[in-house]
Amino acid sequence: MSNSKFTRRGVIKTGAGVGAGLALPTIFASRASAFTNEPTGSSVTLGFNVPQTGPYADEGADELRAFELAVEHLNGGGDGGMMNTFSSKALKGNGIMGKKVEYVTGDTQTKSDAARASAKSMIEKDGAVMISGGSSSGVAVAVQGLCQEAGVIFMAGLTHSNDTTGKDKKANGFRHFFNAYMSAAALAPVLEKLYGKDRRAYHLTADYTWGWTQQESIAAATEAVGWETVRNVLTPLAQTDFSSYIAPVLNSGADVLVLNHYGGNMVNSLTNAVQFGLRDKQVNGKNFEIVVPLYSELMAKGAGKNIAGIVGSQNWDWKLEDDGTKAFVKAFGEKYGFPPSQAAQTCYAQTLLYADAVERAGSFNPCDVGAALEGFEFDGLGNGPTSYRAADHQCFKDVLVVRGAENPQDEFHLVEIVEVTPVGQVTYAPDHPMFAGGNLGSCNPGA
Amino acid sequence: MDAIILQFLNGLDKGSAYALIALGLTLIFGTLGVVNFAHGALFMIGSFCAVTLSKLFTLSFETLDPTRKDFLGNPLKIKTPYVEQWFGPDTGAVLIDWAVPLAILFAIPIMIAVGFIMERGLIKHFYKRPHADQILVTFGLAIVLQELVKHYYGANPIQTPAPEVFRGSFDFGTLLGFDPNVIIYPYWRLVYFAFAAVIIGGVFAFLQFTTFGMVVRAGMADRETVGLLGINIDKRFTIMFGLAAAVAGLAGVMYAPINSPNYHMGMDFLVLSFVVVVVGGMGSLPGAVAAGFLLGILESFASMNEIKGLIPGIDQIIIYVVAIVILLTRPRGLMGRRGVMEE
Repeated sequence: MSNSKFTRRGVIKTGAGVGAGLALPTIFASRASAFTNEPTGSSVTLGFNVPQTGPYADEGADELRAFELAVEHLNGGGDGGMMNTFSSKALKGNGIMGKKVEYVTGDTQTKSDAARASAKSMIEKDGAVMISGGSSSGVAVAVQGLCQEAGVIFMAGLTHSNDTTGKDKKANGFRHFFNAYMSAAALAPVLEKLYGKDRRAYHLTADYTWGWTQQESIAAATEAVGWETVRNVLTPLAQTDFSSYIAPVLNSGADVLVLNHYGGNMVNSLTNAVQFGLRDKQVNGKNFEIVVPLYSELMAKGAGKNIAGIVGSQNWDWKLEDDGTKAFVKAFGEKYGFPPSQAAQTCYAQTLLYADAVERAGSFNPCDVGAALEGFEFDGLGNGPTSYRAADHQCFKDVLVVRGAENPQDEFHLVEIVEVTPVGQVTYAPDHPMFAGGNLGSCNPGA
Repeated sequence: MDAIILQFLNGLDKGSAYALIALGLTLIFGTLGVVNFAHGALFMIGSFCAVTLSKLFTLSFETLDPTRKDFLGNPLKIKTPYVEQWFGPDTGAVLIDWAVPLAILFAIPIMIAVGFIMERGLIKHFYKRPHADQILVTFGLAIVLQELVKHYYGANPIQTPAPEVFRGSFDFGTLLGFDPNVIIYPYWRLVYFAFAAVIIGGVFAFLQFTTFGMVVRAGMADRETVGLLGINIDKRFTIMFGLAAAVAGLAGVMYAPINSPNYHMGMDFLVLSFVVVVVGGMGSLPGAVAAGFLLGILESFASMNEIKGLIPGIDQIIIYVVAIVILLTRPRGLMGRRGVMEE
């Protein structure tokens, strides 16, 4: 009979415990050197999160076309598009770092919670190493926050609120699209030239983050050239008939109506304003004018003839004459049969910029990619010389002031370019009050 | 004063749309006892009838113009509408310009057919089911219909203008002794109000002064007794469903130039129209019309800056506040009938 205290069960327990203890540092060590969704096979997966349903679905569809085209070009397909005109020559048409580019898509539904859920699914289930897309600032801010937590890069699509690279900026997030401040800075001098200094403006503003920052920006810029802001009225995002908001404008003494609206809101409010004869009205001895700070070709199509003569701003337009734009319009036009929108251009450019940053960094690690993007100066992607500012991850480039065409020659020539505002005129300090309150923080590689 | 008159006019056209949709909802509820959440989708389909006719009239053939280039540098494709080729440029241009009013003729058979298919194909199977089942199935149907429209027409609003002659605005102020340009109102909204008045009057006259209408009213009051008299009341109620669908559709056709049609527009009106029906009194046709105009006008007044200055956000809740007050003081709504939805 043995008095030994060792039992079979005890030995197994102890062995398992010691084994786990010995293995623990190895697990931590291997995880510490990795990052979220490090591509290990012969392919890398990108996640394109666009509105496929809901009010911005058409814009989302155009973004998706651009993403598909960018992936085709990155993998060596097609004519290469803007890869041929891009100033950086790191991309070779053999995927990213030799890995074939694959992609998954998510539907943001233009709702923050749905957008976060689809981005989360693409990161956790599909292994996406980068998320891009979106047509709303509310969505962009929400998804950017998620990507920061998850440790992947977020290359924002169409988002125009100052907050995206202002108070809500994140180290893992990068925006190529311009913002509300830039629109206002580009527009104000043109508005002064067209309509004079002595103007009284009435604002209708969509009641969410983009509308607020757009109104704040355009009001400050126009007041700086001598305009007076008579009133700012917030309108619900779900509003469809703006007639009861337009009617008070008639007797407000204002001679300019600024519509800080986008998408369906803008189409309806502009249509209502024209129906009420505002464009034929004379106030204070001047012609009544309407201004739409942020334009989009798809919105112009929706607004039809009502858009004629109305001034606004764009990030890019397919009618620009630079080589990058020509190459992109040719590749997109031949594939899909119509010219790309500005939403498509920014998404295409963001995909190429991400791929190029990975190649230059020699790593998919989001911190290395982020470092390669910070302060990166480039040309040939359709907007002229552009730089990604390190302080807030905002791209700085020329801004277009556009006007609705009076007699469009076809369905694609709905807007005409009034002026290309040089980047110097729309640049601001990183600590500008309209962008204050946020903290970029440090990059998160995840894992 | 001018602002009050202007908002009153505004409320009339908004109220016209509410009244027309609520009228159809009440007809269906009063006859078939069905709470039809797909009624907003019928309004949307009506609007897209206007869009469709407009697109049909502008269907074009293409010819190449080698002297001009398209965005890719290829010879420009010039589009000429078939109607201009068939009927001459002038007549063709008139047809295209008047597409929305002409869509009324186009929409009536389509809406009656849609209503008939909806009622015979789906809703009749839910007559004896609880209202919750009816709401679920009709709400699901509404989503299916709007997704179908989105698939074929896209998600963006589609501009569908009124005829050129109605595109301006009328200076009411000068009629009332105000300065010019103080109270101006779009012609098409006046047309919409007049159209709504004609449709509402027509429906009431049909129910009041025809034998068919008399039988339907009798059936609404006591379905069993009418059935015992050997009258096929179900068949008549199915026809009333088609009529209600046509009313909603026509309201949508004429609304197309006011707000560019989009696939979601039915849902935007649906909830408000249900509030209108409840405020007016379930099953009461005059109540639905009166509540439609009342709430439309109040909603417009609540959007005035002076009112919003006193109570911020009132423009978004006024309809619900009024609904609460009316239901607290008159539980059956403004003109509700005893026994309707009270079993």
